[in-house]
Amino acid sequence: MDMSRIVRTTANVLLPFILIYGFYIVMHGHLTPGGGFQGGAVIATGIVLLFAAYSYTDLKEKVTLGALKNSETLGLLLFIFTALLALTAGFAFFGNWLVNGGAIFGDMVAFGPNPGDLNTGGVIPIMNLAVGIEVLGAMGVIILSMLSGIQEDA
Amino acid sequence: MKNILTYAALLIFAAGMLLCMTGLEFGNPAYTDMDDYMVENGQVLTGGNNIVTDIVFDFRGFDTLGEATVLFTAVLGIGLIFRRLREDEEYGYE
Repeated sequence: MDMSRIVRTTANVLLPFILIYGFYIVMHGHLTPGGGFQGGAVIATGIVLLFAAYSYTDLKEKVTLGALKNSETLGLLLFIFTALLALTAGFAFFGNWLVNGGAIFGDMVAFGPNPGDLNTGGVIPIMNLAVGIEVLGAMGVIILSMLSGIQEDA
Repeated sequence: MKNILTYAALLIFAAGMLLCMTGLEFGNPAYTDMDDYMVENGQVLTGGNNIVTDIVFDFRGFDTLGEATVLFTAVLGIGLIFRRLREDEEYGYE
């Protein structure tokens, strides 16, 4: 049982903006307030919006529990793997081995107030991305598990 | 006898709380060495402008690993509670 056409159209229009905003919060975590946890939660609200506008039975083929579980596991593994990679570069566990290196996310950053450069931060943006993927998957799994319990609309 | 013991325990507890409340001076002296270090060197050491994220993901990376693990475990528990029962399985409660 769907919501009305107005709600569904509004959800369709809003969903890309919510996803882009969440991704923006995740990727600018080292420059502006926000980060992986907050951005992942914002993306998860997009999934909730979809389930609120459409019914669970319509969407369970497209947004599957397995995909969300995989994304959660992938996020946690990427997080630990990035931390472990520091060992191969000669740093301690969780060492920031990319910062100020000139490579990816390796630009030098000035001390004090500055407009901010996305290509800084070393492993921080990668870990933000990993945590964002994990939180998105975790919230989605929680919502989908509860919805599958009642087998009805959100 | 039991009442007397209860009141004595309450009295000791109240005295301890009062002692903590009056005997300690908060914020004197101020230990801000760690804060100052992070604020002054966070940008240069980690390359991020957002000091909060610098601390959460770089200086305190282990803490964030624990946080992510807690989230993973919470989802594991929810998945256990809301899992679909097998065909031959019955609910355990009466």
